[in-house]
Amino acid sequence: MSAKDATREPKLVQFLLTSLALLILLLFLVLPLAVVVISALAKGIGTSLAVLQNNDTLSAIRLTLLVAAISVPLNLVFGLAASWAITKFAFPGKSLLVSLIEIPFSVSPVISGLIFVLLFGLHGLFGEWLKAHDLKIIFALPGLVLATIFVTFPFVARELIPLMEEQGRDEEEAALVLGASGFRTFWLITLPNVRWGLLYGVLLCNARAMGEFGAVSVVSGHVRGLTNTLPLHVEILYNDYDFVGAFTAASILALLALVTLTLKTAVEWWHRDELASARH
Amino acid sequence: MISANNISKRFGTFQALNGVSLDVHKGRLVALLGPSGSGKTTLLRIFAGLDEADSGVLTLDGLNANGLKAKDRQVGFVFQHYALFRHMTVAENVAFGLKVRRGQNKLSKDAIKAKVDDLLSLVQLAGLAKRYPSQLSGGQRQRVALARALAVEPRLLLLDEPFGALDAQVRKDLRRWLRRLHDEMGLTSIFVTHDQEEALELADTVVVMNKGQIEQVGSPAEIYDHPATPFVFQFLGNANRLVGTIKSGEAVTHGWSWPAPGLPDGPAVVFLRPHEIDLASPRVDAQRAKVRHPLILGPIVRADLELPDGKLIEVEISREEFQGINPEEGSTIKIAPKRLTVFAGTQMSTPLLGDSLIGDDYAI
Repeated sequence: MSAKDATREPKLVQFLLTSLALLILLLFLVLPLAVVVISALAKGIGTSLAVLQNNDTLSAIRLTLLVAAISVPLNLVFGLAASWAITKFAFPGKSLLVSLIEIPFSVSPVISGLIFVLLFGLHGLFGEWLKAHDLKIIFALPGLVLATIFVTFPFVARELIPLMEEQGRDEEEAALVLGASGFRTFWLITLPNVRWGLLYGVLLCNARAMGEFGAVSVVSGHVRGLTNTLPLHVEILYNDYDFVGAFTAASILALLALVTLTLKTAVEWWHRDELASARH
Repeated sequence: MISANNISKRFGTFQALNGVSLDVHKGRLVALLGPSGSGKTTLLRIFAGLDEADSGVLTLDGLNANGLKAKDRQVGFVFQHYALFRHMTVAENVAFGLKVRRGQNKLSKDAIKAKVDDLLSLVQLAGLAKRYPSQLSGGQRQRVALARALAVEPRLLLLDEPFGALDAQVRKDLRRWLRRLHDEMGLTSIFVTHDQEEALELADTVVVMNKGQIEQVGSPAEIYDHPATPFVFQFLGNANRLVGTIKSGEAVTHGWSWPAPGLPDGPAVVFLRPHEIDLASPRVDAQRAKVRHPLILGPIVRADLELPDGKLIEVEISREEFQGINPEEGSTIKIAPKRLTVFAGTQMSTPLLGDSLIGDDYAI
């Protein structure tokens, strides 16, 4: 037996392990996706396209994109600020802040939604005041955005904190000694060093923002054409026994996720040389 | 001139620096030598403005540097692990300090490029301008870090364990090269090291630090030949530590006596370097000792010698000398010290009495 063989599994084991992985992938990822698309097209592509022209569906798509477009950039800023503060500075209450960031992950999304109802709902803490000033948060866009921001808050920070911790403060210190201001150090050194982690965190955040159901469901009020996001719309159509409609809307949701993923792959491919050189 | 006056720094309950004063004149190459935790890196970071002293005054070329931000100090800093900007090429790294300049000192793009080219050829990396740090060897990274620090024409170059992460041969070559560069460019440099050989070979002034304080400042020869404290003596090389007593200007230990003029009567710490021992000595005060575990290490032989009272003394002699005597394991020979160094008291950091090197302020 040569030395090379010593570190290699037998052909049979290789084959079995690979097949097992592929089988699991097929069973839990490809098959459900395929079922969604097949069910959407069950009554012909014409019926599916008709669902897409439905005003309620269109407004649900618009609302989902709008909520994501507001909450993802905000969470990018919040997540970046939080991880920067946590990893580059020492201050009292730091470990408390780290635990606080994790809360949205450990709390059920339904409860997260309920918190906002209890705060801003008609009988909530600020309900009277909001009504007096004619401000609507619950059963309106601000409520949807708030709930989405809360639920998706940890994604960017959790991606960045370990990365920034591993990178340490040396490069920032080097930039400062070389005469760069604090802002330029952040812009020229910190940000470029974490951009791939940031991209990944933003993509995860975006996927969850578009797909969020529980928290959004509580604060939405399910007003068709007004406060119904795509995931809520899927449920409504399904409960109406409109299976083609439900699965078509679900396909759109899946498609949005695929677009996000393609975007990420494209960006990575575009910068492949730099990515390879940045790896240690 | 760089001048630190009575600098103290505390991290929580740890006193990193305790009233350190040091003057560094232009053109000097100074080593801060000490074990880890001695405060040498903290002092370096305070010079750079990366840490702030709790108390004390720091002046750079007559300018009060207290409250002066790192970016305004115009110092060069070479980090222990280089801290190269990983997403920038070698050329971009070196150009960074010039690109972020503001106001009237800002250079044109062409001027920056010309300067970067000059610096890269100075550090012998002209062909690697477009590489990324991850594509370089340790020695190459170190030279990029140096070129980057030199680009801003620093009034003071600070190096934190500059050779710590390199292998032995590269380290030796870089040491000589750095010494030449320092002299040719007329730099003022301070480097931190825990390696006494490196400090003695490279620096023209060595500052020995221990527990947040300066133990001694002097040229390598002064430090080695006239150590101010037992700590300095022990830190500068292997030493056998013996317990002795001083009586009327003479120290006695294990049957040997040695002049100790000016030292007070009482207990003494006596040091004996392993290579300063006569084997097969005809002297009258030579002591009998049993040879234990002779080890041949290339050109030298190391052995333990056991005195009649059980005290083990480490000895190092050349292989030729060892073969001339040719003692066997367990055989008895007569040994005597060629030189003993005597300190009064039992403390490690007690300075020698009347030594002019000890004072509140050190000038280099």
